[in-house]
Amino acid sequence: MMDAWLDALTLSAGYNTRLVTLGALLLGAAAGMVGSHVLLRKRALISDAVSHATLPGLAAAFILIALVQGDGRWLPGLLLGAAASAALGLAAVQAMSRHTRLGEDSAIGAVLSVFFGLGVVLLTVIQAMPVAGQAGLSGYLVGATAGMLASEAYLLGAMALGLLVALVILRRTLLLLCFDPEHAWTQGVDLRRADAWLLGLLLAVTVVGLRVTGLILIVALTIIPPVTARFWTDRPHALLMIAAVAGALAGYLGVTLSSVHPRLPSGALVVLAAFALFLASLLIAPRRGLLAHLIDRYRFVRRVHCRQGLLALARGEAIFDPTTLRILHRLGHIRRDGLATAQGRAAARDARHEERLWTHYRHAYPEEAAQLGARRLEPISRLLPPDLIDELERRLPPEAPHE
Amino acid sequence: MTEFLMLSLVPLLVAGLCSLSCALLGNFLVLRRQALIGDAISHVALPGIVASFLLTGTLAPPAMLVGAGAAALITLALIELIRRLGRVEASAAMGVAFTALFALGVLMLEWSGASGVHLDVEHALYGNLESLVWFEGTRLTALWDPQALAGLPPQLSRVAWVALLVSLFMMLAWRPLVLGSFDAAFAASQGARPGLTQLLLVVMVAVAAIAAFEAVGSILVIAMFICPPAAARLMTDRLSHQLAWSQAFALASAVLGVVLAGHGPGWLGIDAGLSAAGMVSVVAGLILLLACRFGPRRHRAAPPPG
Repeated sequence: MMDAWLDALTLSAGYNTRLVTLGALLLGAAAGMVGSHVLLRKRALISDAVSHATLPGLAAAFILIALVQGDGRWLPGLLLGAAASAALGLAAVQAMSRHTRLGEDSAIGAVLSVFFGLGVVLLTVIQAMPVAGQAGLSGYLVGATAGMLASEAYLLGAMALGLLVALVILRRTLLLLCFDPEHAWTQGVDLRRADAWLLGLLLAVTVVGLRVTGLILIVALTIIPPVTARFWTDRPHALLMIAAVAGALAGYLGVTLSSVHPRLPSGALVVLAAFALFLASLLIAPRRGLLAHLIDRYRFVRRVHCRQGLLALARGEAIFDPTTLRILHRLGHIRRDGLATAQGRAAARDARHEERLWTHYRHAYPEEAAQLGARRLEPISRLLPPDLIDELERRLPPEAPHE
Repeated sequence: MTEFLMLSLVPLLVAGLCSLSCALLGNFLVLRRQALIGDAISHVALPGIVASFLLTGTLAPPAMLVGAGAAALITLALIELIRRLGRVEASAAMGVAFTALFALGVLMLEWSGASGVHLDVEHALYGNLESLVWFEGTRLTALWDPQALAGLPPQLSRVAWVALLVSLFMMLAWRPLVLGSFDAAFAASQGARPGLTQLLLVVMVAVAAIAAFEAVGSILVIAMFICPPAAARLMTDRLSHQLAWSQAFALASAVLGVVLAGHGPGWLGIDAGLSAAGMVSVVAGLILLLACRFGPRRHRAAPPPG
């Protein structure tokens, strides 16, 4: 089984598998890029409405084609029907959220459930029809690349490639639309047309993805990679690139894995591969990830304990908190019996001096001090410029005499 | 008449009860702009049910409900985690969580070979209203014959209990629900605990979705959470009236949908049944379309004068 997967991974598991793998890779990249824009526009779930809205068109096209030639399985026609009804659904979402008081969430939910319901009704019509190729339709629900014809794979690959090219060409306009529509408008960008382009590309990705991941799961391919990328960067161009790479990887890993065994559904595996990448990012991404958060928190807690302990030493008070004692001991500031070492006494004096400088700074510059917030626990020389510290030192009021 | 008792009565009642309870809760989801929570929860019922089937080996209702409920809670926790850590909006976090879990459900289903035998994706999506046959409903007297009534499909009593539970929840939590939907800060100042109310609302949504899931499928559940309340929202500015409208719309969709699905093709001279769950959603969508076109309160409220 491992060997079969390795064969697929190195693209040496047969012509068809290789084609489908490359197609899924391109599709994942395109979906990641489109999804990034949609995410930045804060409309991530609109693709859910689009993908569910393809079903009635798909079923209607199947019925029409079946009436003409007896077998409804003709990919270009099916995709055309899917695109038409998805466009209708998209228009319905836009109209509902623009012209009525309903929010976009209600519009999305209404369109996806009603269109899907209509699709299901049409599917039962198909079941009652005496035509061949009915089983092929369920492949569009949850995706199946196993039975794909070479011609279909070519078509999908070519479409995915075309989408990728269109996205690269349009990326400046689309980013401008997402980040600063007003600025885009002053630059002469037609906002409505740019928005239409974005939604059109989203629709195209959805339709191309139908055959690979199925219509329920294609939405995942436009949401998970961009959210994954969000963990790694704050820069829009980097976001696009990382999302594209994550999407491509997901498509590649998912399709190759599913080629190992006929019972492994390609759509689900592509999505789960994307989710695995996401989980890894959630855990280990620098700054945003769970691990980074925990480390930050641990450092902060340590700093607070250390500072409070040193201040207590400087005031000659006893320390009771076991965590504080442990941290001070590990830093060599106190001995095992709790008495301060020479180094500890020096550090305590420094901490006390620093605390006085901070107090003075807070009085002199209250607003700037408020902005620093909890970073006040870091050494003052790292946060404030040297001349300011000099000034604070000079104006420091004389220390109250020890008793 | 006996045909109606045997074949149509139970689907009608089940669809009606599911629609009523989902639409009742949906009013608050639509007001709070959280309509898609219903969508997310009904999608993750599938992995929950499959996982509980693989673990326990039965499709007994309690195991299924526990599995689906656990999946719903995991999803909510995951959404919250992604939203906080990734600093993305809630809808994107939702999209990540429910699609991944649904994919996991599909994978488990296909891999375990349980599909086709006991469960399948299609069934999960569009339910099985048509199969709810009351075999004992052979004559009118069966309606008060306890023995015949015992033969009613178990889904009926399940959705009836849920409808009762939802109504009770609405009555008990009415004030905090309303306050929290319009002004969460004010609700908190009145001691209404908006966070807790929100959680309870989502739990009730999960309960309603999961109970309805097996009988009517997730698509009908989503449609009923959103379409009737959204249409009702376009009819009136008063919340109590909105609730009444939504119940009327839900009931109308359920009855019309089931009847059309069962008899519609027959009127056209075709001998086939259509998917009742799908048809109910379509009717609900048509009602929403009419409300969008003609509803007296369809536009956003103008700013108050002065």
